[in-house]
Parts: sequence; structure tokens; C-alpha cells
Amino acid sequence: MTMTATTPPRRFNLASVLPALTGLGTLVAFFALMEVLIRTGALNRFIVPPPSEIIASFPRIIVEEQVLHRFVLTLTECLTAGVMLTVFGVAGGVLMHRFKLLQQACETWVAALASAPVVLCYPLFLVIYGRNAWTIIMMGFVSALPPVILKTLEGISGTRKVLVNVGRSFNLTPTQQFWKILFPAALPTIFVGIRLGLIFALINVVGVEFLINFGGLGQLINELAERYDLPGTYAAICFVVLVSVLFFMVLEKAERWLTRAE
Amino acid sequence: MTSTPPNAANTDILVVDDVVVRFETQEGPVTAVDHVSFGVRQGEFLSVIGPSGCGKSTLFNVIGGLIGHTSGVVSVGGETINSPHQSIGMVFQEESTFPWRSVTDNVAFPLELIGMPKAQRIERARHFISLVGLDGFENRYPNELSGGMRQRVSLARTLASEPKILLMDEPFAALDEQTRLLLGDKVLQIQQQLKQTTLLITHNITEAVQMSDRILVMTYRPGKVKRIVDIDLPRPRTSEIVGSEDFGRYVAQIWADLREEASRGMRDEEEHALHHTGAPS
Ligand SMILES: Nc1ncnc2c1ncn2[C@@H]1O[C@H](COP(=O)(O)OP(=O)(O)OP(=O)(O)O)[C@@H](O)[C@H]1O
Ligand SMILES: [Mg+2]
Repeated sequence: MTMTATTPPRRFNLASVLPALTGLGTLVAFFALMEVLIRTGALNRFIVPPPSEIIASFPRIIVEEQVLHRFVLTLTECLTAGVMLTVFGVAGGVLMHRFKLLQQACETWVAALASAPVVLCYPLFLVIYGRNAWTIIMMGFVSALPPVILKTLEGISGTRKVLVNVGRSFNLTPTQQFWKILFPAALPTIFVGIRLGLIFALINVVGVEFLINFGGLGQLINELAERYDLPGTYAAICFVVLVSVLFFMVLEKAERWLTRAE
Repeated sequence: MTSTPPNAANTDILVVDDVVVRFETQEGPVTAVDHVSFGVRQGEFLSVIGPSGCGKSTLFNVIGGLIGHTSGVVSVGGETINSPHQSIGMVFQEESTFPWRSVTDNVAFPLELIGMPKAQRIERARHFISLVGLDGFENRYPNELSGGMRQRVSLARTLASEPKILLMDEPFAALDEQTRLLLGDKVLQIQQQLKQTTLLITHNITEAVQMSDRILVMTYRPGKVKRIVDIDLPRPRTSEIVGSEDFGRYVAQIWADLREEASRGMRDEEEHALHHTGAPS
């Protein structure tokens, strides 16, 4: 007690930033190690370019390859898929809750679909929509739909019995029961589903862009790899990772804000 | 003992007449409530007391119209109940506030349902919030409140619907003894103030004697009415009455009844456990 009382502010500050510092330190150490291994020739620099070269190629990628424009393109595709996910995924979960037969018939299939590599169906989508943004959007949408449906269903079915009974004791109509009790009670879980869905969508959108060589960041990686511009390729990959980390953080913040009352 | 008085229809606002509830389980039918009859008078505070598992919550759910019964009749003001009735307000044993609504919005919930304008219902909600002693917490959310305060929010929400009969299932069961006593005072005070007809389900003897005009003692499986005891203690009562001699006499009397049932229940459960864990080995 007395120990902590004598040195309160410094201890507290260190403890609060320690996890972040450790994470960052590990990353820096890893890159430093790679750099050393490549420079000493232990790793082939034509397979893995040294981190310093990757970092050096960042400005080039940003200026010459219109990364910002591509970023907006990829993001737009993701958000379009996200809007569709929210509408159809939540509606799907609600319908499955409402019609038990539908749930019994489909729940296992949807769960199986959630773990299947749906991205392999991209040729089919290419045939249906052509080589344009819709193929990418639909691919992101379809592959990310299962978690949204499942989480919506889970949230609604998981509503505490006593809350449902409160609604019944106040004589709520089925519509009121849904909008005033089931839906708000399920909202935090639904949001987890949407967050998962958006991350799935981002992965698949970038993946399909890469595969069909069309659109935003995914295509950039494809192009740079084909030009055998390895530092550039890795720089672009770093950019995608950065974007997804950013995306993840924003979603987490939004979720906290939306469910602050829980 | 189980027959209603002849003039019951005139004075009893709630009548439970020969109600039986039987559940079908894998181990055969279980009779949770067995030919239970009683009436609750206008403005009366009646407690139902019984050992754990005797069918109190089942009775609560039947009177509230949440579950059906096998036979018998439940009626409010002469009207037979088969589904939730607007003149009955329920307070549940479990935590039942809406975590996504502030205290005011929780309490205003039933007013919102009848379409009361916003300004008016906030004012009305304030009234009930202050009635349960939660002034200053109007804009808090349930997760910022203690268990006792949340239970008071539930009570205020039910009171806001101005039910003719307030039905409570062990509302204080999850609370510590001090909170329970003080909350009991609060409920009594509100009940007297509103002349609220109240049916309280409990397994706490002190609580029952402190608050009730009459106490209905239930038997352990099947749940029948064992006895109805009139509590002739002066009103207004507070938790201070707990020390008086008369109070002790009532507690002893009900405990004598209840002990028989509770020990029967315990024996039953032990046997059941022996039977089921002992068999395979
Ligand atoms: N839905 C159900 N299906 C089958 N049996 C049930 C059901 N609900 C209650 N029971 C049984 O009916 C009996 C009475 O249960 P109930 O919950 O009414 O008891 P209780 O008096 O409220 O107990 P406690 O004091 O522990 O809350 C118990 O034996 C219970 O197992
Ligand atoms: Mg119970």
C-alpha cells in the first residue's frame, strides 16, 4: 500500500501503456531481425525484400500508384457490401427466429457456409455480373452473410426469458414485443455479427480484387507482383493490413459507443 | 380451509378457485399446484409462503396469465383470466429492468405503450421514481445501479401501469438482509399510500409477517393450501415491529407449519438425489 502510495503517477502510466509498447516492440524487433537475416544472406532478398526497402517504397506506392484512390474504391465496395449485409443478414436472422421451420431447415447450412471458402465461387459471380465492381461487392456480401444471420438469430433467441415475460405481462402485441424487447435486447450481439461480417467482407473484397485483377488495393498487389516489384508488393500488403487494422479499430469504437448503455 | 367464503364474490377482487397445474415431464406428470383456492380482498396485502419448489412461481405465472392451468378458475373482478390481464402488474424474481433504457425510460415503458405524450409520461415516471426513492437517478442506466435499486426500478415500472393488483414473486430474494428490510419498509409504505392490493410470494417468514394482512402457507409437493393466517398487528408497520412479542408469536406459528413442509421437501430432494446419483455406480 505505502509503496504504491509513494510513486502513484509514474507506475500507473507505465502500466497503462505497457501492453501497447510490448506489442509495438515485438513488431519492431521482428522487422529488425528480418533486416539482419536478409542482409547477412540467411534469407533470399529476391523472395523477401528487406523491411527498410519496403518502407522506402511507401512514398512511391502512394504517389505513383494512386493508393488513396484505390483505398476509397475498396472502402466503397466494402461499405456497399456492409449495407447489404446489415439489411439482408439481420432480416435473415429475424425471419429464421420468426419461422421455426426455416430455422430448423437452414441453421446448420448457414453455419456450414460460414466456415466454407465461399471465395472459390468467384468464377460463377464473374459470369453472372461480369468483370466489374458488382462481382467484388456480391462476393464480399455473400461470404460475409452467414455470421450476420447467425449472430442476429443468436441475439434474438438469447433474450432473457424474464424480459420476454415482462413484455407479455404488459400485454404487448407481437410487433411491439419484437421492436421494444427482442430487438433492443439483441442489438449488442447483432452488432458483433455486423462487425464480423464487415471484416469478412473486407478480406473477400481485397481477395477478389486480387483474383480478377480489378478495382482497388487487391488489384494493386496483383499488378505490383506481376511487375516483380517485390518491395512495392509488400508495401501494398502493409497498406492493406494497416487499413484492416484501422477498420477494426473504428468498428470497435462504434460498437462501444452504440452499446454504451449495456 | 380450501373453500372460499360464501360472500367471496362481493369482496374479493382476485379469486383463485380450485386451481390445478400439472406439468408433463420425462419422469411423468408433476403436480406443481394442487387444488388451490383463495381470494384477495380490495386493498389487502396477502403473502403466499412455502418451501422452495412448492409451486409458488407456478402460481404466480398462472395468476399473471403467463402460463395456462390444468383446471380451475382464476378471475379478477369477476373476469376469468387465461392470458395477461391489464389489471394485474407483475414484479419478477429475476432482474428484469431493460438495460438499454434509462431509469426514466424504464419506468415510462407502460405509459409509452398506452400512447401518453412524452412530456406527460416523463413527469408521471418521475412521480413513481420518487415513490420508490430513486430521485436523482432518473438518467442513469440499470448497469450503473445496485441490485436493490434495479429491483426498485422494476417495481416503479409496474406501479406506473397502475395495476389493480400488484403481484410480486420474491422480489427481494436476491438482496442482502439489510437492503431487504429497508426495501420491505418502502413497499409497505407505498402499499399503504396507494391502498394497493398486493399479492407477495416469498419464502421469508419475517418479511411475510411484517408486511401482510394475511399469510397463505403452502405445502411442499403437491402445492396445496396448508393454512391461511390472519396477522393482527397494528398499522402502519415498519421493520421495527420485528422486535415485538406478537411478531415473534406469529413467526413461531408459521415456522411450525413451514418446518414440517420444508423438512419434508429436503428429505424428498435428498432421496431424489440418492436415487439418481446412486443408481449407476
Ligand atoms: N415448466 C415446467 N416443467 C416441468 N416442471 C416444472 C415447470 N415449472 C416448474 N416445474 C416444477 O414445479 C414445481 C414447482 O416449481 P416452482 O418454480 O413453482 O417452485 P417455487 O415454489 O417457485 O420454488 P422457489 O422458491 O425455488 O422459487 C417444481 O418441482 C418444478 O420442478
Ligand atoms: Mg420461485
